[in-house]
Amino acid sequence: MPQITQLATVFASQLFWLAVVFGIIFFVVGRRMVPQIRSTVAVREQKIAEDVEKAKAARAAADTTEAEWRARMDEARLEAARVAQEARRQIALENEARIKAALDKVDAKVDKARQRIWTSVQAARAELETVASDAAQQMVEQLTGLKVGGDEAARAVAAELQMLGGQGQPDPAMLGKGKSKRAASRAR
Amino acid sequence: MAAEGKIDPMHQFAIEPIAPLHIGPYDISFTTSAAWMLVALVIVVGFMAIGMRRELVPGRWQMAVEGLTGFIDNMVQVNIGPEGRKFVPYIFSLFTFILVSNLIGLLPLAIIPGFHPFTTTSQFSLTGVLAVLSFSMVVIVGFWRHGLHFLSLFVPHGTPKPMIPLIAVIEFISFMVRPFSLGLRLFVAMIAGHILMEVFGSFIVNGLNGGGVGWAVGGLSFLFIVFVVALELLMCVIQAYVFALLTTLYLSDAINLH
Repeated sequence: MPQITQLATVFASQLFWLAVVFGIIFFVVGRRMVPQIRSTVAVREQKIAEDVEKAKAARAAADTTEAEWRARMDEARLEAARVAQEARRQIALENEARIKAALDKVDAKVDKARQRIWTSVQAARAELETVASDAAQQMVEQLTGLKVGGDEAARAVAAELQMLGGQGQPDPAMLGKGKSKRAASRAR
Repeated sequence: MAAEGKIDPMHQFAIEPIAPLHIGPYDISFTTSAAWMLVALVIVVGFMAIGMRRELVPGRWQMAVEGLTGFIDNMVQVNIGPEGRKFVPYIFSLFTFILVSNLIGLLPLAIIPGFHPFTTTSQFSLTGVLAVLSFSMVVIVGFWRHGLHFLSLFVPHGTPKPMIPLIAVIEFISFMVRPFSLGLRLFVAMIAGHILMEVFGSFIVNGLNGGGVGWAVGGLSFLFIVFVVALELLMCVIQAYVFALLTTLYLSDAINLH
């Protein structure tokens, strides 16, 4: 076994070179390089931990912001719906008022026209009565030679016309008829 | 055996001088062993230097170096505790030096004529010195930290009073055996593997010279040697690990007592 037979001759050399080699490894690699590498690893691990922490914080912040934004959006949407509803209601009210005003104007015009018609009819009737009583006076005079007073003739004519049954009279029901029809349509 | 086939499996362990060198009465000639120690030194330092870029985002080599330091760091941390940080440089040097020495001893350099790898860790003159170094460190650290109280290491907790002398003797013997077991384990594992490979290698060579049956023996030996080499690679790593781990455990004893 060379390890034993050579031991005496090579031991000093073995010890010396081992001391040199292991010494260099210990002092250069073990004492200098290893701590540096460990510090690099430590720095990296710390950096990673910090970054993870930062990322967590950022995510939390983003979540809060999103929640806030969502709440604000919901609120705004609700507000918008409310405003739209209000506007629709306002417009409907205005429209109704305007239509009502226009209809009132139309009604007033119609009433006035009717009034005019009524007055004209009354005037015509009075005229007719005068003409009829004159005619009746003359007819009576010529036929009987009797002289009939103006008042008497007029009364007779009026009575006669009354007896004919209001046909010449404007019908008060007719005046309200058109109005009720419009009122019905408006109610719709 | 073939006529010229006398193969001496022990010859590979012989140390040959390369350049004679003397200091006083001591012969410290530069030998093959010293040369291979220097190769290991170059590889260890080179490997570490490549991984020393210290970038925040590590490359492959830096990862490898950091993995190695992290491995030793972790081992020391687990076995000794936070006080073990001081010993990381020593354990790391021990582990890398033994590991690289073991592995370069397995390089198939013998295919170059007149050249063969030399396994420095198959010399007990080397493993013994490393073991004594570790052991003396344990003793010094133990007495340094605990003074004479370090001797309580020989009396485990809960030993019955009458048993103390006997137990103390046994513990003391087992303690004193540590440097020998430490050095011899590595030395024996290395020498045994190398002898085994050499013997079966010679079987192949002689078998090929020996005709029919010899070819069969040679073929079998070849198959066997493939497994032995794989086993030896594993052994290189395990022995380096065991040496470093046991040193760590012994240091842990010295620092934490029991």
